Amino acid sequence: MTGFTTLFHKELLRFWKVMLQTVAAPILTALLYLLIFSHVLEEHVQVYPGVSYTAFLMPGLIMMSVLQNAFANSSSSLIQSKITGNIVFVLLPPLSYVEFFLAYLLAAMVRGLVVGLGVGLVGLVFTDLTLVHPLWMLAFALSASAVFGTIGILAGIWAEKFDHLAGIQNFLIVPLTFLSGVFYSIHSLPPFWQKVSHWNPVFYMIDGFRYGFFGQSDMPPGIGMAVVLPCVLVLTGITLLLLERGYKLRH
Amino acid sequence: MTAAIRARALEKRYKDVHALRGIDLTVEQGEFFALLGPNGAGKTTFISILAGLARATAGRAEVMGHDVLDDYRAARRLLGVVPQELVFDPFFTVRETLRIQSGYYGLRHNDDWIDELLVHLGLEDQADTNMRRLSGGMKRRVLVAQALVHRPPVIVLDEPTAGVDVELRQSLWAFIRRLNREGHTILLTTHYLEEAEALCERVAMLKQGRIVALDHTARLLSCEAERRLELKLDPPYLPAQLRRWLIECRDGRYCLRLTDYAEIETVLASLRAAGIRVQDMTIAKADLEDVFLRVMAQQG
Ligand SMILES: Nc1ncnc2c1ncn2[C@@H]1O[C@H](COP(=O)(O)OP(=O)(O)OP(=O)(O)O)[C@@H](O)[C@H]1O
Ligand SMILES: [Mg+2]
Repeated sequence: MTGFTTLFHKELLRFWKVMLQTVAAPILTALLYLLIFSHVLEEHVQVYPGVSYTAFLMPGLIMMSVLQNAFANSSSSLIQSKITGNIVFVLLPPLSYVEFFLAYLLAAMVRGLVVGLGVGLVGLVFTDLTLVHPLWMLAFALSASAVFGTIGILAGIWAEKFDHLAGIQNFLIVPLTFLSGVFYSIHSLPPFWQKVSHWNPVFYMIDGFRYGFFGQSDMPPGIGMAVVLPCVLVLTGITLLLLERGYKLRH
Repeated sequence: MTAAIRARALEKRYKDVHALRGIDLTVEQGEFFALLGPNGAGKTTFISILAGLARATAGRAEVMGHDVLDDYRAARRLLGVVPQELVFDPFFTVRETLRIQSGYYGLRHNDDWIDELLVHLGLEDQADTNMRRLSGGMKRRVLVAQALVHRPPVIVLDEPTAGVDVELRQSLWAFIRRLNREGHTILLTTHYLEEAEALCERVAMLKQGRIVALDHTARLLSCEAERRLELKLDPPYLPAQLRRWLIECRDGRYCLRLTDYAEIETVLASLRAAGIRVQDMTIAKADLEDVFLRVMAQQG
């Protein structure tokens, strides 16, 4: 148990010691999105009755920050350790692969959630937010950050250089998050793109998360959870299997 | 008694390299053992398999009787490894690094031992310095300390003295010797053969993934029949009948190869007969380096 808590704590310290880049910078980025999009669209778009566009945008931005930062934390920590070689310090001790997984995952979730919370708190300066179903909100925040924390672990294990990671970031993570209804309701999309969006798990994460705030969403939150939870389970299973085999970590 | 390290028919293939070709090796508890071999012989690969950093293609390896795969937690807890590569985590200070490493082994309150390690490795003044700001040799000292935080009964040092100054080499070896006297098993790789000769009771020599020599250091040295005689002569001239023993002549010193000390008599008699005076004479016994070079040359 001490082994796990130490690794978890070390992973927290790792991003906390450079929080300007790992926490403050992503909050600022989200804030810029908020300012620009709400400035441009506030007067023109109303998705749900009684919900201003800025308020509508907030949960999407929070969730986007949670996902991207959860991914960034585990993936960058692993690739850095692999490239500098100091990954041996966690490979030599008697840590089990489950402890290894949980430590990296939980630290990634914490980073994602801390940034998300930061975005939310700063956002409150610009708009009021209700929180109709806090438990749904929390459930989606946790499960979604778990999905992206795990993808980050997978990417970190697989990648051999920073380029590989940037590729995943640019061609998978960013498109998935942007094409998921952060900035709009998918009901405003043409039917074809609506259908495509239904294949994007991130859509369910953001939609369910939004439900937590407004009690309104494109899909019922139960369906969303029924999509997201299996994602968590499948990705966890794959990652544990690879870790147990030492894939790309123990040659 | 269970062996500290046991390898049976250990094979390792990387994609296009056959790094280990059937290693059988047993290191008993309490031994001070050297694993020698030229670059690329497979020393680090062997150590990596013991430590679980690499997986054997075939064969088995055990640490204190625990299989490094099936029983990896026990095996890893009993093993301390100083890696060859100079690696460090730039986010932390020396003390933080050592505390974190202790934690990985389940040790929460390890500061007394950490302090002792810092003293023995000459790191007291660096305890609160960030790893990034240490010199190369200092970083290597921290690597040694990291390998020892959990007081492992089996300690493996992969070229621990590369890039380390004389003073630390001395104090490091004094410390490792003490650990060995207290019962720790030491497995060492080094390219400084005089270190291995001075420290290790037993030696294995590895070449292209095979063990080509394995014996007590003393026995390897005594089997090395060759003795050398170095002479400074006045006048500087070597009689013809002694030429067959000549290895080289450098800076006016003749170096002769003898197979027996008794031959010294013959040499001196020949010189006396030729009226040549011996100004200076040294007799050199073969050292581990000579053994190493001969063994490596023999094996194709
Ligand atoms: N990860 C790897 N992938 C492919 N080949 C490898 C890998 N690690 C080692 N090798 C190869 O295996 C062989 C043995 O390497 P190893 O590092 O064990 O040698 P060594 O005896 O430790 O040498 P040195 O004295 O230079 O440290 C070499 O030919 C090396 O190129
Ligand atoms: Mg090596």
